[in-house]
Amino acid sequence: MMISSRVFGDNGKVKEYHYTGPVEHKFSPYAFNGGTVLAVAGEDFALVASDTRLSEGYSIHSRDSPKCYKLTDTTVIGCSGFHGDCLTLTKIIEARLKMYKHSNNKNMTSGAIAAMLSTILYGKRFFPYYVYNIIGGLDEEGRGARDTYKAGGSASAMLQPLLDNQIGFKNMENVEQVPLTLEKAVQLVKDVFISAAERDVYTGDALKICIITKEGVREEIVPLRKD
Amino acid sequence: MALQDVCGFLDTLDDTGPCTYPPNEMGYMWRTASEFDRDSAFHFLFPPQQCSRKNRVPTLFSSTFSSLSPHQQPFQLSHGTTTLGFIFQDGVIAAADTRASCKGLICCPTSQKIMPIHSHLVVNTSGSGADCMLWERILTREMRLYQLRHRKRLSINGAAKLLSMMLHPFKGTNVCVAATLCGWDGEETRETLNSCMEIAEVKEAVEQDTGVSTISDSALSSVKMASVNEQEILKDAYALNPAVSDQNTKNVLSFGGRSGPRVCYVCSDGLQLKGEIISVGSGSPYAYAVLDDGWRWGMTVDEAVALAREAVFRATHWDAYSGNNVDLFHITAHGWRRRDREDLKEEYYRERERKRKKIKEREKERQKREGDELGEGDIYSVHCG
Repeated sequence: MMISSRVFGDNGKVKEYHYTGPVEHKFSPYAFNGGTVLAVAGEDFALVASDTRLSEGYSIHSRDSPKCYKLTDTTVIGCSGFHGDCLTLTKIIEARLKMYKHSNNKNMTSGAIAAMLSTILYGKRFFPYYVYNIIGGLDEEGRGARDTYKAGGSASAMLQPLLDNQIGFKNMENVEQVPLTLEKAVQLVKDVFISAAERDVYTGDALKICIITKEGVREEIVPLRKD
Repeated sequence: MALQDVCGFLDTLDDTGPCTYPPNEMGYMWRTASEFDRDSAFHFLFPPQQCSRKNRVPTLFSSTFSSLSPHQQPFQLSHGTTTLGFIFQDGVIAAADTRASCKGLICCPTSQKIMPIHSHLVVNTSGSGADCMLWERILTREMRLYQLRHRKRLSINGAAKLLSMMLHPFKGTNVCVAATLCGWDGEETRETLNSCMEIAEVKEAVEQDTGVSTISDSALSSVKMASVNEQEILKDAYALNPAVSDQNTKNVLSFGGRSGPRVCYVCSDGLQLKGEIISVGSGSPYAYAVLDDGWRWGMTVDEAVALAREAVFRATHWDAYSGNNVDLFHITAHGWRRRDREDLKEEYYRERERKRKKIKEREKERQKREGDELGEGDIYSVHCG
């Protein structure tokens, strides 16, 4: 089922077929399962969005495999890359969260989760987790971070400049910098993913947005193109 | 600290002797976890090794910045950055760009490559971002412990040796850290202890420039060097040793001429360099060209800052992997001071504007000259022109 051999090349795209002589096949512990994640934060909200397509090479394994995982009531993580590592990593994070809860009698804050994730990832410095992680959340007082955004995953190189322009107001002259509201952010994320699905083969099927406010975490699912 | 517990960092750095394991041509990839327990820092998992001896971790994106291929490379890759540090008569300047790149994609256009370690030391980092972040934290921790245990700051050269020793177990792996330690060495003695207690009064004495009998000239300079951090430590030391006599009054600075500005380069290969000008990264050749041209020991602070800025600007212009902003730190005997981060895009436009003005002026001058010649010469010159 999982054909993760070297024929797939460095990032999962199948090499072109023409006869080049004998080819050495090796086992690679990694595979690339595609997917894009995105996080945006405003004054009092954060949102983490991902598509739900799980692919490998030319095939789609699943159209309903979202990449956002809710960790606490104030934090959501988006992981894309190699699905096996995503699952393991989220399991480890959830276990560590429970341990923290039991020993400290409170939930981990978003900043603490990010710091912990950094050390978990570095622990595998010489055999890394092949995962793009983005953590979105509110801090202990329910504040987000004004106008911050990050895209990760297969379409990140397309989305990041667009977000720089629309949310960061970069590379523009004489423009009024209005603060980002939740409604505008949600609309922007939908538009951005629709654009990504048009141009990136690994992004599509559906979009799942996790919206984090002080009321908790709310989810929204929006269909994307399925081809 | 939390990092220590998570990574199983054993506190053996103080009492390990020189490395005793035999040199291993494959580096330390084959070490088992128990051997690591014995002498080194981290428990790392290694990938399943196949037929080849080479480290087969594929070059992949991960959420760290580490993007370097561990395979055998036909040439040594410079790291995508420009950082520089140099000393002059009034301290040390450390400057760097702010672009963090990952194989052609700019991961972060506003990363911070110069990180302060303590009040008189900053480190310029280049190489793999994750490794630099980690080792900078470890170095900070070790320097702070040294300061608490020995009641004086570790010298820059000492810090370089410490970092080099800590990186040694990872030689042969693809840990990539190229750090430039920039700072000011200063020593405290009993004399400065007394001085620090009444630092306010001494400052006045210094300003009045009278020959205060209890304080010699070098003491004045050492008093200037003492920072707020040190005051507390010295107070503790003094409190613990009240009976110490002032035998050291005469030799105020026990390290005499060894205090002053320093730059030191440490690389994860084990290379350690001391010098006056050090620049690291893919943009360093361009930076060296500018620095070599303009550097003098007797520069003023403004000249030095302008020189550093110009060097980074030129390097970012020519090197694709450097760019965005320039960070600048100035370290003196009083500690480090940070200049505001400057966006080089503005500088580029200002330069273009200056060039355009110059061209216009030259055009005007030429026309004026031709006009004069026309007026003086014959009608023929018009046809010849």
